[in-house]
Amino acid sequence: MMPRALPSVLIASIGLGTLWHATDGGQAFTSEAARRLDVVRVPRPVPALQLEDMSGQLLPLSPQGEEVVLVEFIYTVCGDICQIAGADFAEIRDQLEQRGEPVRMISVSFDPKRDTPEQMTIYGEAHEADGKMWTVARPRPEELPALLKLFDVTVIPDEWGGFQHNAAIHVINRDGRFSAVFDTDAIDAVLTHLEEHSS
Amino acid sequence: MKLLGLAFLASAEAVALRYAVVESPIQHVLVQMPLLVLAGVLLAWNRQIRQEWAVPLLLVALTVFLFWMLPRNVDWALTPTGEIAKYLSLPLLLGVPLRLSWPWLGPVLRGFLKANALSMLGVLGFLYTHAPVRICNSYLVSAQKDLGMAFFYLAAGLGCLWAIPILFGNPSGQRSNATGCASCGV
Repeated sequence: MMPRALPSVLIASIGLGTLWHATDGGQAFTSEAARRLDVVRVPRPVPALQLEDMSGQLLPLSPQGEEVVLVEFIYTVCGDICQIAGADFAEIRDQLEQRGEPVRMISVSFDPKRDTPEQMTIYGEAHEADGKMWTVARPRPEELPALLKLFDVTVIPDEWGGFQHNAAIHVINRDGRFSAVFDTDAIDAVLTHLEEHSS
Repeated sequence: MKLLGLAFLASAEAVALRYAVVESPIQHVLVQMPLLVLAGVLLAWNRQIRQEWAVPLLLVALTVFLFWMLPRNVDWALTPTGEIAKYLSLPLLLGVPLRLSWPWLGPVLRGFLKANALSMLGVLGFLYTHAPVRICNSYLVSAQKDLGMAFFYLAAGLGCLWAIPILFGNPSGQRSNATGCASCGV
């Protein structure tokens, strides 16, 4: 009996091991969950990259000095999710401003062709992003694919000329590494995370 | 030789869909992937194995099946590495072993596998139509809902296909009876 069952037991173990490995130990069944887990385990270095902000000036994506950078990806004519996410981002900004945390927040456009500085200004005004702590900025079109790849953001055109994307808040820590991802409405989680990592 | 040709045709059709699957998860999960499995099934159609290999091969097939059912692997299957893995593993590690082990599986085990396939399609259908988030980053929410409905339709179709012969068909072994009605059985 035993010798007959041996190949089956062996293959079942290999199979379960494969599935265990393929789900990061039963933790990640979607690619979104997988990327969130991965960046916490192995934070990814963010290259020195310049973005163009609402006033047409260049600003670095990476944190300068002791600051932390929060990034969300948007396109300015986004109708639904970015609007809500923008309101949540504003809430985070208000909270951080009160606490005086050295944090910079950037809404990065993944549609740099359409999102001109004027267009980004309209978006910024609509969400009260005044450019001090929180600004709206765009990468150079040729640098966009690498940027999206680094953050594992998938942008696909939708049926109405807009886009759908895995919207989230991305944290670049003081060492200049992309180290955490949160839901756009996880305000408390983001604040707690920043508090824990500020000491 | 004919079967080999058909297997080649199925895989060629699957590869021909490689641009369509980027936009349509239905074509990806319910057309291209089954075609690749079919290619493997046809490849091994006339082959036979010894009985002791049936269960191990079935386990290989189940593992590969579960692997490609994970939403993150559906996303991965659109990357170059994932695409190659898909083209190779679905025919060779799912279609072929499933076909080879099937003749040795008893009616209870076959029924168990079929019942599980149906309930799993139902669960997937519910998940993909009701999930508040996008399950695959590569596909639109509307496409995700369509895929969920397609899972339901497939479950209903397979349910009928498998249940009707059991409920109304002639019991096997009595295929040709006195009334001569065997040929009109479903």
